[in-house]
Amino acid sequence: MTAVADAPDMAKEIGRDRRRKEDQRLITGRTRWTDNLSLPGTLHLAMVRSPFAHATITSIDTTEAMAATNVVAVLTSEDLGESQGVCINAWPITPEQVTPPHLPIANGRVAFAGEIVAVVVARTAAEARDAAELVDVEYEQLPAVIGIKEAMKDEVLAHPDLGTNKSALWVFDSAAAGTGTDVEDAIAKARTDGVVIEREFRQQRLIPAFMEPRSVVVDPTGEQITVWSATQIPHILRFALAATTGVPESKIRVIAPDVGGGFGGKLQQTPEEMIAFAVARRLGKPVKYTETRSESLVSAHHGRDQWQKLTLSAEKDGTVTGLKVELQADLGAYVAIVGGGVPVLGAFMFNAIYKFPAYHFSCQTVLTNTTWTDAYRGAGRPEATFGIERMMDELAAELGVDPLVVREKNWIKHEEFPFTTVAGLEYDSGNYEIATAKAKEIFGYDELRAEQKRRRESNDPVQLGLGVSTFTEMCGLAPSRVLGSLDYGAGGWEHASVRMLATGKVEVVTGASAHGQGHETAFSQIVADRLGIPYDDIEVLHGDTQIASKGLDTYGSRSLVVGGEALVRAADKVIDKALPIAAHLLEASVEDVKFHEGRFQVVGTDAGISLAEVATATFAAHNLPDGVEPSIDADATFDPVNFNYPHGTHLCAMEVDTETGQVTMRKYTCVDDIGNIINPLIVSGQVHGGLVQGIAQALWEEAVYDDQGTLVSGSFVDYLLPTAADTISFEVDHTTTPALTNSLGTKGVGEAGTIASTPAVVNAIVDAVRHLGVNDVQMPCTPERVFNAIHSQGSGGATEGAAMPHFDPDAEPGTSSTADQQGAGA
Amino acid sequence: MIPTQFDYLAPTTVEEALSALATHGDDAKILAGGQSLLPVLRMRLNAPEMVIDLGRIESLRGIRDDGDAIVIGAMTPHSVVGKDPLVKEHALLIHKAVEHLADEQIRHRGTFGGALAHADPAGDLGAPALALDASFVIAGPGGTRTVPAAEFFVDLFETAIGEDELLTEVRVPKHTGWGAHYEKFVRVAHQWPIVAVAATVKGSAGSLEDVKIGLTNMGSTPLRAKATEDALRGGGDLATAAQLADQDTNPPSDLNGEASYRRHLAKVLTRRAVTAASGG
Repeated sequence: MTAVADAPDMAKEIGRDRRRKEDQRLITGRTRWTDNLSLPGTLHLAMVRSPFAHATITSIDTTEAMAATNVVAVLTSEDLGESQGVCINAWPITPEQVTPPHLPIANGRVAFAGEIVAVVVARTAAEARDAAELVDVEYEQLPAVIGIKEAMKDEVLAHPDLGTNKSALWVFDSAAAGTGTDVEDAIAKARTDGVVIEREFRQQRLIPAFMEPRSVVVDPTGEQITVWSATQIPHILRFALAATTGVPESKIRVIAPDVGGGFGGKLQQTPEEMIAFAVARRLGKPVKYTETRSESLVSAHHGRDQWQKLTLSAEKDGTVTGLKVELQADLGAYVAIVGGGVPVLGAFMFNAIYKFPAYHFSCQTVLTNTTWTDAYRGAGRPEATFGIERMMDELAAELGVDPLVVREKNWIKHEEFPFTTVAGLEYDSGNYEIATAKAKEIFGYDELRAEQKRRRESNDPVQLGLGVSTFTEMCGLAPSRVLGSLDYGAGGWEHASVRMLATGKVEVVTGASAHGQGHETAFSQIVADRLGIPYDDIEVLHGDTQIASKGLDTYGSRSLVVGGEALVRAADKVIDKALPIAAHLLEASVEDVKFHEGRFQVVGTDAGISLAEVATATFAAHNLPDGVEPSIDADATFDPVNFNYPHGTHLCAMEVDTETGQVTMRKYTCVDDIGNIINPLIVSGQVHGGLVQGIAQALWEEAVYDDQGTLVSGSFVDYLLPTAADTISFEVDHTTTPALTNSLGTKGVGEAGTIASTPAVVNAIVDAVRHLGVNDVQMPCTPERVFNAIHSQGSGGATEGAAMPHFDPDAEPGTSSTADQQGAGA
Repeated sequence: MIPTQFDYLAPTTVEEALSALATHGDDAKILAGGQSLLPVLRMRLNAPEMVIDLGRIESLRGIRDDGDAIVIGAMTPHSVVGKDPLVKEHALLIHKAVEHLADEQIRHRGTFGGALAHADPAGDLGAPALALDASFVIAGPGGTRTVPAAEFFVDLFETAIGEDELLTEVRVPKHTGWGAHYEKFVRVAHQWPIVAVAATVKGSAGSLEDVKIGLTNMGSTPLRAKATEDALRGGGDLATAAQLADQDTNPPSDLNGEASYRRHLAKVLTRRAVTAASGG
């Protein structure tokens, strides 16, 4: 290893704000999106979906559909039988978890509106769609259970045969675990001589809303059945296809070509993929299915959807003494691939950067007759960060001190790292003091506080509020042993290969399958520096199980910190393997040859040979040392020993128009510590996008069901996604405390903005109107909710279960609903 | 999604279009800019057998000066209306409303007449047209008739245009020198307004000579805030007059707000719109 000891010092590419290699083809769309693929003789699928949230299927008459033009087949669950496999839950969070079986096509009963009841196969997509409307399905409606609080009553059951809606209760207790003291003692003590803050927060249901709809093409005509899918997880999908259909894994090739975003929403083994696989095998022909946006919104998995009951105890001086977290989380109709595990990922993060001596976490997951839920950008950690950062602001308000002061009193000081938390994690590094100081300065915190004071004193109709979020997160999923201890069905390692081509070019293979993150650029930069090969000579390959045979894909901000480390190790092995060959060619002893900036150099002489030349000589293999194999290619598989802990201080200023409840973002500053940065431009993109997604949860997005279980925010008319017109210019900066758990010193950044921003925004809104008696506004903080909160109606109330029609000439306008109608999960 | 199959005609004259309408009756749908019709077709909320595209009828495009009115061809895109100097000079309220109508792409494809004929009460053009006392020129088998704005909007998505008729142009009486403001209340920029108020004012703050106020999304059609207008014409102060803005309205309740909240918004936004229109 002496040959590579100085590799990081020659950094030329790392740190450069390279424009992304992949962007020209991605932005123009002249690329390999799944739906762009056209195989000769392809048949097209259309799904017949249930309009009812809960119903018995009494009959399916396919006669008319079968008779329609160019229809090849109309298939039901009975027709496909075991060939359709099942949709798996890879993370049963407790041994007793109640998990309803999930067939890709419902058999006899549907459990949510949008569930597939039949598939139509035709020669064109239009003919398939037309015929799908001719499939005559008779339903007998069953009572539907919508929302967590209804589900908890166990009166109406999402799956009557299970006898309960309660799926699993997962508990962590610091006293039992030996990581801290008893939280009930702490709360009891605080009730006598301290401060106890109790709040209930709603994490509304969200929809990932990736830009490229899901699409799948299956070609069964080769020796391996080839599946192209717009998925984040080609490797996991291959495993699930094999494990549930009986087709040997070696007979399946999965390709995730260019994938247009996922945000966790494509971290799934979907019914549509399973159906396409089964139909292609049955008919012996290639098939294609591409969802419409309307289908995507009702059937691709949703995210978040929790009620959070939080109890925080503190001493009168603001020192926190205990935190009790009681969650209820909506799984939807089925337990998705990691559905139950998402809230559990939050279990380790509610204590955040603070030194709580006592901590208790419980999460009850419930089944309802709604779309299934699973990972969405941040997955568990945004929920936790929201909960704790809202509570720290509430504590500050109760004590009458600045929210930054109460945080600083309780956070881990930089000299205290490594620090083992009350949740049992060891944070390797961080410096909350300097990130906060820098953010305060850039933001102009003191000036804005002064303006806030002036506006309050003058009773300005537009009030100003400042919101704080000093977040951390655990990312870089994940140490396999930890996943094993949590009963997760797989490991968390990542694999990489470096192939040295005869012409001196390099192919880099990663098991972290990108879907828009910029791996091709960032990984090229890393390898360029490591091997001293020009950036443009490096090709990054991924997303095809024939090329990248091993991998665990992209989610949980893992690609760089786990996949990147695997890549570094593979590259170092290349140098190690090349060294004896280089020495042989230079007629020098190995000890006298040093690798530096892409060249093997005989120390103290001009004699040297480039790595590219060694690659060519190895290809020819005419003159290798005895016993050395003619290859300098190398693989590495890296299993992290710890998570990775980015942190940062986010400050948000919101203006609230007290006459209308309208909220307007005035300023947003974030100083994130994500360790060493490979490509600042990619980081900016991740931070900007992440912030907007988190701000959108605070202000705009919500999946709303009516009491019949119909998704009323079922189009982008009513599911409000922001555009650039709705956001301001963010002030993004960084501090750098390198991570100690990977050799590049990097930390994940893919989810940081989303995790941090939501509570900063809501804290700012509450801060703006707290003097008017407001201590919470339910998300999304619609103008109506803010207005109602100001006018003494609690946190603003639930969202109406109705949507205004804008296109349908026959529709009635949203009618006034009764006060007890609730948003999803309410 | 993919629409159901339909036939397509692209006539080049109004007469041809009318004759096609006469032939196909209620099996036909008129395609103007397509910003509402195409989503309807793609979501399969409607399945016409014939789509009659007005896009090739040149006579339906353009804006002209016609003495005491300006005339806007039904097929004139919003982007053209928004940039037109005649509109800005004589119907400033329309100019202001178009500035914030949907987004840039939709303003390029969507048409002035198409949006008004669609008659979505949350559409941005109904309230300004009503406030400016526009009249609608409708061609039919028996010739042309002109309908005042007050009679044009009948109900949700329903206008005075008959099944065998076409909206050809909109006549807007000149309001030269009137101040104007369109106060639109949304959560995100591309959204239909939760409530919007279109106000145009003759004279300036303190010496109002006349005022006209239209309300968007406060009922099943665009509405006038008559009580507020009357109070202001009678010399009432704005803050008090604006409190009457929700009289005779019937706003919807939906995801974005209860009817009672919309009533409150109408009052606040009316005050703000009139203030801004009168240079306040």
